[in-house]
Amino acid sequence: MPDPLFAHGVGLAVIVIVIVKAVVAFAALLVATMLMVWFERKVISDMQDRIGPNRAGPFGLLQSLADGTKLFFKEDLLPDRADRFVFRLAPLLAVVPAFLMFAIVPVGGVVTIAHHVVELQVADPPMGILFLLALSSVAVYGTMLAGWSSGSKYPLLGSIRASAQMISYEAALGLTVVTVVLESHSLSTRAIVESQAHHFWQWNVLRLGIVPFVVFLIASTAEMNRPPFDLAEGESELGGGFNTEYSSLRFALFYLAEFMNTITMSAVAVTLFFGGPDGPGFHFLTWLWPIAWFVGKTVVFCYIQVWIRASLPRMRYDQLMDLGWKRLIPLSLGWLLVVAGVIVSVAWGFALLGAGVVGAGLLYQAVRVGRRRRDTGAVVTGGGRAAGMTRLVATLDPEKSGS
Amino acid sequence: MGMFDDLRFFGGFKVTLKQVLEPRVTRQYPKEKQPKPPRAHGRHVLNRYEDGMEKCIGCELCAAVCPADCIYVRGADNDPDAPTSPGERFGFVYEINYLRCIHCDLCVEACPTEAITESKLFEFSFTSRADAIYTKNELVVDDDGMPKHLPWEDWRDGEDQHSSGWMRATAANGAAQYEGEVQWSGELGYGVRPAEAGQSGRRDDEATGNISVRTASRNKIPIRLGGRVR
Repeated sequence: MPDPLFAHGVGLAVIVIVIVKAVVAFAALLVATMLMVWFERKVISDMQDRIGPNRAGPFGLLQSLADGTKLFFKEDLLPDRADRFVFRLAPLLAVVPAFLMFAIVPVGGVVTIAHHVVELQVADPPMGILFLLALSSVAVYGTMLAGWSSGSKYPLLGSIRASAQMISYEAALGLTVVTVVLESHSLSTRAIVESQAHHFWQWNVLRLGIVPFVVFLIASTAEMNRPPFDLAEGESELGGGFNTEYSSLRFALFYLAEFMNTITMSAVAVTLFFGGPDGPGFHFLTWLWPIAWFVGKTVVFCYIQVWIRASLPRMRYDQLMDLGWKRLIPLSLGWLLVVAGVIVSVAWGFALLGAGVVGAGLLYQAVRVGRRRRDTGAVVTGGGRAAGMTRLVATLDPEKSGS
Repeated sequence: MGMFDDLRFFGGFKVTLKQVLEPRVTRQYPKEKQPKPPRAHGRHVLNRYEDGMEKCIGCELCAAVCPADCIYVRGADNDPDAPTSPGERFGFVYEINYLRCIHCDLCVEACPTEAITESKLFEFSFTSRADAIYTKNELVVDDDGMPKHLPWEDWRDGEDQHSSGWMRATAANGAAQYEGEVQWSGELGYGVRPAEAGQSGRRDDEATGNISVRTASRNKIPIRLGGRVR
């Protein structure tokens, strides 16, 4: 269904409404990002028995404003060996998609302003969710080009990691989105939200089984380069990763993009799996309740993101690739088949599910047996942790190993 | 190796969520301070007798023993009509360079008249090398026997009490049979202080201003051991 705002042609009022919507969304997102930085630092310090920022403004609320001001007045360095054009372009490539991605998220219901039916979202293109996937791919370029154009080795390593990681997880992310699209019969985010309306058991998180949501959560975390998938930044091993050479305002843009992505991805997760602005309302201030529900759900998701960050250590690179290619992609692909099967006929769907579970169990067993053969298959192959341990024990204590 | 071994790391989520309810360990430092240990070494004071005379006799033993070489003393003969200290000589010049001082307290040990002692103040700073050299003007206690409060020093209420750092469990000569016996002179502002507790346990904490180590570090000791930290 096309955007009802344009149903009666494009007049001055329509243009004004569109501009107002864009400006309001832009400002709200900026403020939200500022608060998100504060929120993240506060929550994470809660979890670490610290106090967190409490100097600037009440409860330290203005801390991010102070940090931004500081960065703004710092010297803007351009490395000698940097590619000057790309180096300047990269931060914009990170920020602009972060902004634009939010445009398709429905933040509220439908209101009527001056006889115009207005959907409370910046835009409702018919290919909405594809727009999201496309932009999250563009955001990869921001990270990748930033590292590449710095002319420095650690940023380059960071950008290589980032590109491999983001491309890997994009597949899983896309497949889970496809399951949502299958269930909702539309690519438009407004239609996706409406298909989940009225009852919480109609939310996609329950309708599709929990699996696509879990995969989406993991894959989107990886897509955003947030811990435990922040290998592209890796302070401990890469000294900051792709943004090492950035300073001043350009660094601030990366920082902004990172936190804006957190909000946007939380909002998208709410849209795709938790019914967006759906929730019980009351008869007064009818336009307000959906917005309140949407904001509440998004805040919960932001909290979960911070919780994940506080709990999990950074993954090793091979573990990251294992998780992406060997687990998430097969899982989301299999689940997509099951969902498609259920839509065709319930019997077929559950047959597929059963076959999938049996197949996955067999595959897992096979891998395990193979791995055990490799590990205990002794010294000739030289590989494996167990073999190494056996040798180590033998060196340390000849009696115990029985040799 | 179970199939769900990989899921064990979700235990971390429980840990972090539990920590939200735990008390914060951060302190708002300049605003709230931990009590200082009773024998903390801080900046020096030059004490006076109860009649206002200076205790320092200019013997330079402190300067001699100082491992950091930060004390400079010159003695001079007392004016017989208006003596600065009882006896023949007095400390004419007394300077301590706090860019060198390591607060080892050896000068306090060496002093034969208990003239130099250390307060517990360590929160002071300077903006020039000249300011780091404390002279008699800064070091000698005022007419109430209290250390002088200099603008760049962070004294809080009560911190100048018991600042003479005087804390001998046994007699000055360290012999066990003199434990609990007062063998030192009185000082301006405090009088003759009673002895601290020694091995036999006779003590008067209120009079000596002694804080037991356990009390002072209560905030670091878990509740199950009688402290305040969970």
